[in-house]
Amino acid sequence: MSSYEYRHYPYRRPPELDGKGRRRPVAIVGAGMAGPTLALELAARGVPSVVLDEDDTVSIGSRSICQAKHSLEVWDRLGIARRMVDKGITWEQGEVYLGDQAIYRFNLQPEPGHKFPAFVNLQQYYVEEYLYERCLSEPAVEMRFRNKVVGVTPHADHVAVEVETPDGRYTLEAEWLVACDGVRSPVRHMLGLPFEGEVFHDQFLIADIRLLDDLPKERRFWFYPPFHPTNSVLLHRQADNVLRADFQLGRDADAEEETKTENVDRRLRLMFGPEARWEHEWTSVYTFTCRMLQRFVHGRVIFAGDSAHVVSPFGARGGNGAIADVDNLAWKLALVVTGKASEALLDSYCSERRAAACENILNSTRSTDFITPKFPASRAFRDAALTLAPDFPFARALINSGRLSVPTQQPESPLDTPDRDGDWVGGPGPGRAMLDAPVGNGWLIDRLGHDFSLLTFGNDDVGTVPSGATAVPIAGNGLAWQRYDSRPGTTYLIRPDRYVAARWRTYDPAAVSTALDRATGRSHA
Amino acid sequence: MTALRRTLNLARPDDVYNAIVDAHKGLTDEQCRDFDARLILLLVNHIGDEAVIREALKEAAAK
Repeated sequence: MSSYEYRHYPYRRPPELDGKGRRRPVAIVGAGMAGPTLALELAARGVPSVVLDEDDTVSIGSRSICQAKHSLEVWDRLGIARRMVDKGITWEQGEVYLGDQAIYRFNLQPEPGHKFPAFVNLQQYYVEEYLYERCLSEPAVEMRFRNKVVGVTPHADHVAVEVETPDGRYTLEAEWLVACDGVRSPVRHMLGLPFEGEVFHDQFLIADIRLLDDLPKERRFWFYPPFHPTNSVLLHRQADNVLRADFQLGRDADAEEETKTENVDRRLRLMFGPEARWEHEWTSVYTFTCRMLQRFVHGRVIFAGDSAHVVSPFGARGGNGAIADVDNLAWKLALVVTGKASEALLDSYCSERRAAACENILNSTRSTDFITPKFPASRAFRDAALTLAPDFPFARALINSGRLSVPTQQPESPLDTPDRDGDWVGGPGPGRAMLDAPVGNGWLIDRLGHDFSLLTFGNDDVGTVPSGATAVPIAGNGLAWQRYDSRPGTTYLIRPDRYVAARWRTYDPAAVSTALDRATGRSHA
Repeated sequence: MTALRRTLNLARPDDVYNAIVDAHKGLTDEQCRDFDARLILLLVNHIGDEAVIREALKEAAAK
């Protein structure tokens, strides 16, 4: 049905089957979007890893399609974001309809001066394809396709992983095991960890189609459209002229009946009119849950992405949340594996990303409740906001068809040094994501490496900066100065995951050293 | 500290009270609920003070 050509990636007989195995620093379970991204981020920091995946091809079906700015910035550091932008559909605007009337238009990135747009829509199989290709050309990443994890035995200083292959079973020993194995996470089941949260019963029909026509580029969301009058519909464009139509079906729909081609076609015909022509790419009915693990780190086993937390799809927080997880984890795990930080640093991965998962679940649950009201009064307020929106701008702000994924705040992380200088009126404070800006002929994000960075404004010669950080002097008086509320002497310490760890009005190497120690878990000031 | 006003703030309380009741006249229960939802959102945005709104929610629920 799909126009995407699935290729099979090579299986190679693992050396362990011939008694030639050795303990690895990191094994990663799952070659979705998160696993290979983590492997590449570790490799960039000199840490080799093995990625184990039970099959030998990329994601079946489009699945995650909205790749957010923050994820693109991560993939840019790995050298594949340009390909994604070129292949995908850049969009920043969206439109909300009530019936057939457009009542609200939003722009997710109204200001220019960022290397990447708010979102690029690209099917998950392309993202994975580009990641796999990059991994296969990276000597420090070993991709093991058709290697299915069937057992996990934690030990004090390593994890023994039982793996099944076409040639038989073997045991892989790894100092750390990272489970990026998805919402049904076999590793989580093997460890018997509860995955608690809220179950939602509303059903949604996804129809990904190739429409042989002019396509809208922006996101469109309808409440009570004429072609589906009882519920809502979301329309989103993807690469290769593929459109995703997402129909809310309600609780009582018959999934098997709804996914029959003639029934899907009937809905699409109402939506696109008698002249439209299309081909089917992918059809499925889904429901969703919001769940989270109590802890993301269990001894030497670490959970990231959907294996650790799941949210509703409204807001594009699943895939993008997973990339943010591994971006937070990679530099910390690299410091621990290379002996530059203690294992305790990983506690901050759990606390920071659990807080982020809570924020994502809160936001996506609110969107869900707006889109699918659970009781009559909830529907009355939702419809009141929709009805008032055309005439009252305030009501447009209440319309929640998905608050789209932006980097979450980490306001109380033990790694961050709170502001001491009291005269900040703007700029990202500690615990906030850094902001991109044009610098010279390029972009600020391009000036930063895989290490800590020290942004110094109007201070070209800071001499030798404390070890572990790289100085990035910002000259001139451009947009970066405004975005960082800067004056000559202003200094920001940026973590490797591009969050602000500390900032000062004057450059003081001793203060930077102290903040670096704190940000790497070497001391808690 | 109480943010929500507890003393009279209307010059002509009877007129305002009856205007609200009259606006519901002839509406079904469902229409009343929809009307009230619109009215609440309009007034809440006009008040604009989250502390006042939260206190009003609490006091209304307590009765």
